[in-house]
Amino acid sequence: MRNVTKRFPGVVANDSVDLTIESGEILGLLGENGAGKTTLMNILYGLYSADEGEILVDGAVTKFDDPGDAIAAGIGMVHQHFMLVPVFDVTENVVLGVEPTVGPVGTIDMTEARREVQEISTQYRLEIDPSATVEDLPVGIQQRIEIIKVLFRDAEIIVFDEPTAVLTPQEVEDFFGIINGLKESGKGIIFITHKLGEILEIADRIAVLRRGKVVGEVVPAEATEEQLAEMMVGRPVDLVVEKEDADPGEVVLSVTDLLVRDDRQHTAVDRVSFEVRSGEIVGVAGVQGNGQTELVEALTGLTVPLSGMIHLGGENVTLVSPRFMHRNSVAHVPEDRQRSGLILDFDVAENLVLNSYYDEPYSHGIRMDWDYAHQHADQLIDQYDIRTPSSTVKVSSLSGGNQQKLIVAREFSRDTKLIIASQPTRGIDVGSIEYVHARIVAERDAGAAVLIVSSELDEILALSDRILVMYRGRIVAEVTGGEATATELGLYMAGLST
Amino acid sequence: MSDEGTEAKENKEPKEPRWVERVAPKNVDWSSLAVIPFLAVFSALVVGAVFIIFTEGLGSVLPAYGALLRGAFGGWNSISETLLVATPLIFAGLAVALGFQAGLFNIGAEGQMTIGGLTAVIVGISFEGLPAVIHLPLALAAGFVGGALWGFIPGVLRAKTGAHEVITTIMLNFIAFRILDYILKQPFTQAEGRFDPISKDVLESARLPRILTWLPVEGVEMLRLNLGFILALAVAWIVYWILFKSTIGFEFRAVGANPDAAKYGGMAVTSAIILVMVLAGGLAGLGGSNETLGVLGRAFPGFTAQIGFDAIALALLGRSHPGGVVLSAILFGALRVGGRAMQVETDVGIDLIIIIQALIIVFVAAPELVRAIYRIKGGEEARQLTRGWST
Repeated sequence: MRNVTKRFPGVVANDSVDLTIESGEILGLLGENGAGKTTLMNILYGLYSADEGEILVDGAVTKFDDPGDAIAAGIGMVHQHFMLVPVFDVTENVVLGVEPTVGPVGTIDMTEARREVQEISTQYRLEIDPSATVEDLPVGIQQRIEIIKVLFRDAEIIVFDEPTAVLTPQEVEDFFGIINGLKESGKGIIFITHKLGEILEIADRIAVLRRGKVVGEVVPAEATEEQLAEMMVGRPVDLVVEKEDADPGEVVLSVTDLLVRDDRQHTAVDRVSFEVRSGEIVGVAGVQGNGQTELVEALTGLTVPLSGMIHLGGENVTLVSPRFMHRNSVAHVPEDRQRSGLILDFDVAENLVLNSYYDEPYSHGIRMDWDYAHQHADQLIDQYDIRTPSSTVKVSSLSGGNQQKLIVAREFSRDTKLIIASQPTRGIDVGSIEYVHARIVAERDAGAAVLIVSSELDEILALSDRILVMYRGRIVAEVTGGEATATELGLYMAGLST
Repeated sequence: MSDEGTEAKENKEPKEPRWVERVAPKNVDWSSLAVIPFLAVFSALVVGAVFIIFTEGLGSVLPAYGALLRGAFGGWNSISETLLVATPLIFAGLAVALGFQAGLFNIGAEGQMTIGGLTAVIVGISFEGLPAVIHLPLALAAGFVGGALWGFIPGVLRAKTGAHEVITTIMLNFIAFRILDYILKQPFTQAEGRFDPISKDVLESARLPRILTWLPVEGVEMLRLNLGFILALAVAWIVYWILFKSTIGFEFRAVGANPDAAKYGGMAVTSAIILVMVLAGGLAGLGGSNETLGVLGRAFPGFTAQIGFDAIALALLGRSHPGGVVLSAILFGALRVGGRAMQVETDVGIDLIIIIQALIIVFVAAPELVRAIYRIKGGEEARQLTRGWST
């Protein structure tokens, strides 16, 4: 890509970007949310057209009007959110849109399709059962289907957009094996991420984007995480959370024999008991899907537990509503900000009052005081450094990091007795992670009890004073924050050690 | 952190004039708020002209549209008729729009109008001797309650069992029609000396009074516009206030936009769904009452005249905004009334009006098409009006 520029009203998303990718190479593309990575890749994939500059494939200037052109030119994209039909099997998903046909009426040749899928799977060591139904497969395997899809369309350059965001540590290892295999067979790989450790481990060359510009290209051997973070953000970044030792006070949250079933009536949380005291951060580690989601839902009043007790400051809150918890100074940073934490179609001010709109001073009786809500929003935007043109902008137009800051602002700006934060930094950039972590520690120091649920081990290790490990709905281990190691926790998380 | 702060690809919202923000504080961008509907109407008229050219020849276009315009707005009688036809459309349009705002597809406005109109008539033919200041509000209230009941049923079914309101409201329409037939054959409602299902005349004290009779113009006794129109405007304002200025409306819109987030925010999603359907049914019920207590003065099978279905189209055209609904209803009224004049004065049939209405909806439903034709840049992604069938 040579001299590519893309402008949107009011912002230059890509500013004279030059990027080369060779076959048999893994190029790491690093940048914060909003730095222009996605825009750049969308141009490469034909979703946007560049205002200036050109794309050259094998030395020839190429013009992509739509993704079809890009695919024909050998460019494939594996999106962060998979584009699969859950009820179709693996082969059906792979051939969708380019089905091999036989006969005059074009009957789909599923036997041939299955054979080809099997062949690709063997050739690139992507172990998979071509006739398994997609919805039954774990996320890591679903990602393989996406990769096979791209290979089936004869891609020579494959773009991976945040591929490890949804994977467990073990799956990440498998995934790295796969892309190394692809590299050896001569494919060019573009690996988009903002996880510094991963990019240093896997990339051959790293390009850093900041505010639409390539601010540097480095080789992993000559770079450190600190350097990369500084290049991304434009200033030195603290990668380690600075915090004093905890000074736990009285018990704020007490959970006794809690049993929660999920939507399908399977036991998700299996007789769990623990306590969280004021002034301490308790981290819940575990591979996703081991009951953490249901635990948090039960604690915040979103689900009704089957049995067991939850006490908040001595009061039984087992069966109360989310509104009750909120009014009693419980802050909740939800696991999936876009699914349940925000209304993307609403503006910043509306989202900032999403769970307090029913109380003074945001409303009087049933009359909303939007003027006050907007003033309040302007104040929080300022105080929590939410980057938005104004409080009347739709939340969907904010970057992930700023969306998360909005939630943090909403939850932490009140009196907080207990903070329940689920995946508080998922999918956000280094600068925002630093910020969110600092706020959490500050709330702890101000006397709040904090419960962090995260599948990122680094995050758990960095923040927690005490760590609980969940495996299959049970708490299988409790360790003290400073003494735990990632290896030890990893074994507990995998259920290999008790 | 990058200074631009916002994800670049979505940073293309135009700066809106302040008043648009005030009319619709809900993130409606300028082009989708007014420009697209306007261009949709314009395009529909252009395509309609092509039809006229093919059937009647080029020379007929201007006379036909001229007659349409005069018929709709050329004189007190035309204006009175246009607004008279628009009135039930406003009520029913609000019923559909309110549902859309909460993510519910209320196809049952027709049935809700039917039941509301019927309950209003039952009160309207009873209580002889009651003064109008009591009788009329009582009859209207009965109409609201009747419609509300017909909205309550699909609301509860949706909230408690997940039965999709599209299915249940359609089915309840048919039940409503049959209930109307049945009740109208009962001795206490059926007009004396009649054997077909038709109600007695609504008592004078429960009739919506005409409001233009004070005008110093000739033929003033022909001006049929009644109090219902004023009531419709007032109700539209109330719906606007509820939606955009009250906590209840905030809940409705939140439930419509993201039920998970609404639940997280401490909102009672199921009761919001029920309340929306009750209010929507009540609004449609007022629309039905407006017919039976106003221009018709009685109830008979089919008195709702598809108004509840036209309401879906005009709620879309009005962007589910109460102000937009009022304007769209007046437009539809104008087309209907002007179309009659067009049919009389020229040879262009009133069917053309149906075609134009349908075309308007096609263009409104496909904003990208309109943007492509008129080369309007940008625009937001199509707003999701309702949730899927299974959720």
